[in-house]
Amino acid sequence: MNEPLIDQDVLQSTIERALRGGGDFAEVFIEDRRSSSARFDDGRVEELVSGRDRGAGLRVVRGDTTGFAHTADLSPAGLFAASDAAAAAAQGGGRGARTVALHRQTSPAAREDVIAPETVDKARKVELLRRADGAAREQGAAITSVTASYADGHRRIVVANSDGLFADDDQVRTRVMVQCVATGDTGMQTGYEAPGRTMGFELFDSIHPEQVGRTAATRALRLLDAVPAPTGRIPVVLRRGAGGVLFHEACGHGLEADHIYKDASVFSASMGELVASPLVTLVDDGTYGREWGTLAIDDEGHPTQRNVLIDNGVLTEYMWDHLRARKEGHANSGNGRRETYKHLPMPRMTNTFVLEGETDPDAIVGSVEYGLYCVQLGGGQVNPATGDFVFGVTEAYLIEHGEITRPVRAAQLIGNGPDVLRAIDAVGNDFETWTGMCGKNGQSVPVSSGQPTVLVREITVGGTAA
Amino acid sequence: MSDLLEIARRVAAAARSGEQVEAYVVRSRETEVEVFGGEVESLTTAVIEGIGVRVVADHRQGYAWAGSLDESVVDEALRDARDNTKFGEPDEWYALAGPVDLDGVTAVTLDLWRDELTEVPTDEKVRIALELDRATRAADPRIRNVESSSYSDALTEGALANSFGLEASQRRTTCGASSSAIADDGTGAQTGYGYVAGRTLGDLDLESVPRDAATRACRLLGARPIPGRRLPVILDPLVTRSVLGVLASAFNGESVLKGRSLFAGRAGEQIGAARVTVLDDPTDGRALGAATHDSEGVPTRPTVLIEAGVLRGFLQNVYTGRRSGVGTTGSAVRGFTSTPGVGIRALRLVPGDHSPEQIMASVPEALYVQSVSGLHSGTNPISGDFSVGAEGLLVRGGAFAEPVREVTIASTLQRMLVDIADVGADLMFLPGPVAGMTVLLDDMTVSGE
Repeated sequence: MNEPLIDQDVLQSTIERALRGGGDFAEVFIEDRRSSSARFDDGRVEELVSGRDRGAGLRVVRGDTTGFAHTADLSPAGLFAASDAAAAAAQGGGRGARTVALHRQTSPAAREDVIAPETVDKARKVELLRRADGAAREQGAAITSVTASYADGHRRIVVANSDGLFADDDQVRTRVMVQCVATGDTGMQTGYEAPGRTMGFELFDSIHPEQVGRTAATRALRLLDAVPAPTGRIPVVLRRGAGGVLFHEACGHGLEADHIYKDASVFSASMGELVASPLVTLVDDGTYGREWGTLAIDDEGHPTQRNVLIDNGVLTEYMWDHLRARKEGHANSGNGRRETYKHLPMPRMTNTFVLEGETDPDAIVGSVEYGLYCVQLGGGQVNPATGDFVFGVTEAYLIEHGEITRPVRAAQLIGNGPDVLRAIDAVGNDFETWTGMCGKNGQSVPVSSGQPTVLVREITVGGTAA
Repeated sequence: MSDLLEIARRVAAAARSGEQVEAYVVRSRETEVEVFGGEVESLTTAVIEGIGVRVVADHRQGYAWAGSLDESVVDEALRDARDNTKFGEPDEWYALAGPVDLDGVTAVTLDLWRDELTEVPTDEKVRIALELDRATRAADPRIRNVESSSYSDALTEGALANSFGLEASQRRTTCGASSSAIADDGTGAQTGYGYVAGRTLGDLDLESVPRDAATRACRLLGARPIPGRRLPVILDPLVTRSVLGVLASAFNGESVLKGRSLFAGRAGEQIGAARVTVLDDPTDGRALGAATHDSEGVPTRPTVLIEAGVLRGFLQNVYTGRRSGVGTTGSAVRGFTSTPGVGIRALRLVPGDHSPEQIMASVPEALYVQSVSGLHSGTNPISGDFSVGAEGLLVRGGAFAEPVREVTIASTLQRMLVDIADVGADLMFLPGPVAGMTVLLDDMTVSGE
């Protein structure tokens, strides 16, 4: 086991103190995060940045009310003060002392193959960026700007609560990003690529900065010859990996238990019903490999797991955090996440996938007379209450007579989650994942999404072509 | 002298010979109340503090930050920043703000702090959020649910000191309230949002929040996609604010230097309709982003970016101002976790003469856009491509007609500036660095059914 960030007795007294005035539940979340990043722009290393953030978030739940306070002061005095503030915020007017006995869970096994970023020479991090930049610029003289950046984070967390839970984890993530600008007769176009994993510096055994640079550059260059995106409702093929974010937006957010609890989801009353094409099985899996959204425990100390949300088109499960699961008497699904100790946890996705189907992806493209083939999406947004979503397409091609033809300029796809889920006409036998950051109520957490090549019968494409 | 300035001074004074050191220290005390279903869902009280340390030595820059003002943590940040300078590459233009960069500009005096906000008891804040929830529910019989009502405030202080002896301290109070309504009359759910912000409670027109949330949700009931076509578009002030926010990066002096601005090399050219004048004016105390100094300690000033459609210039910080030869415009922006970039604080269009009603009556038919989605995934400030999801209402004969949802509006940022056919008189200062007003665009591609 790691040396805990805080003494067990101090945690125990902090929780007991939080419940002195009454309250149903109290929790202390401690985080110590070190990060480093480097940016290569304009042909040179701009600077290296180191960051350190640590502190504690205290919450006290009383009835339907959560009191929350956080502090950067991890001394017993600092924790007690935050504990008092959280208790006061929960309006703990009652009385009665509670004794809390913490049971320390076995820490998730430390991986021996993780190369902790703080042990890596800073010069090696910077060198990666030079390689990415060089490879990107070699793709063509039309590449006029390359920005490459590297970021790592090493986060240690401890969670203890009045149910006796006491868990800790050590999380390491590394990501590299390249953005290129290509300039031609038609103006400027951009290309972006940014793989990341729940890994240390060993990420670069499998991900080569040159390849990341080439991919971003090629994307920007292709767009110089792109035609305006079509306008109107047409068939859309989402290449493997590219469309996971559609399912994340179009349906994942609506399956988070807080939206369900507030009757603010289009899926609120659909449990057990057919909500998607029977070809669709959707899972959220926080244990999957070393993907960007993988966690051993969530930010409430619960082990993550594989949750089947939609099974052959039928809605089977929502995603739960501690608070919502407790209120509804439902099992916790290990989806309680928070950006930092300064934030309250809420139900969030981890790695959200549509599972493989049976159709050959080439046959899917071949079946489309006229449509859009999407290779990279740039993120999106959903209104969970209505199911309406949009997402940006950053690399796409026309499909004409079953063949992938000309690249099209950036455009937005717009639709409604339940409508699109029902309009899935084919699911490929291939699969790939995508790395992203998911924002919700002002909190951003690392997630991945993934999917096989998928055909959607019709989506509205918001281009400018006449 | 504030304790923050004292910390900043101590770090700056640690500069060794041949080294420039800057410390940027912030502290914010925040309260947030969220209400759902007539109950307080959460009440958060927090103190956030942090420091960013920048070191320039041998024309190399290094940076480190920490979310704590503990002396040992601050010292570690200085050590890390110093060590990080070894790994950056030299650039002759790296420098902290010195006397030469100030160029005789002095800081305005602004009163951005309201003592009375610091004295509001928590119970009163809770009462406000509870009342918003109740009033939103009661505002219209078609309101099915109130997703959340909230009150929040922040007391923010900041200080900067550098080894040239430049010092700046600022403090401000802000508060806001919002409500998010879900309306449903059997034709499907629609959502609407209302919010207000100011420097103290007395600035907040709390009654407008439930009214706006309910009106904006209910007027979309029955909304449907419309067939795709080209149409004039009227942007709601909140939407104008979002669109201007996207355009802002094209005015960024760093984007210009690095070949990532639409407008690089076009100063003096006509890039917009003659009625378009855009400026960033952080010295305007009405703007919530107003500030006396930027985040390198340089006094702020108004900067005209587009005047009567002609591009006048770009925003600069010390680095971009030196490298481009035009000098800083006092436009450095940052959080404590990053080196200063270039950005806006109080961007706005100069208002025109017409009310929103007059603008609506000036066209036979238009799409009034109440809100947009996917602004960041669907717009590209480098290429200028613009395609976003939109909901709102058709306007005919000067009045709202059918509600519309699930459509996109598309154009390019370049064309949109030229297509601005009217700028409303209804200038609204809003949270964030951009103000809004009603704007009429001649022609956009609407994609729908």
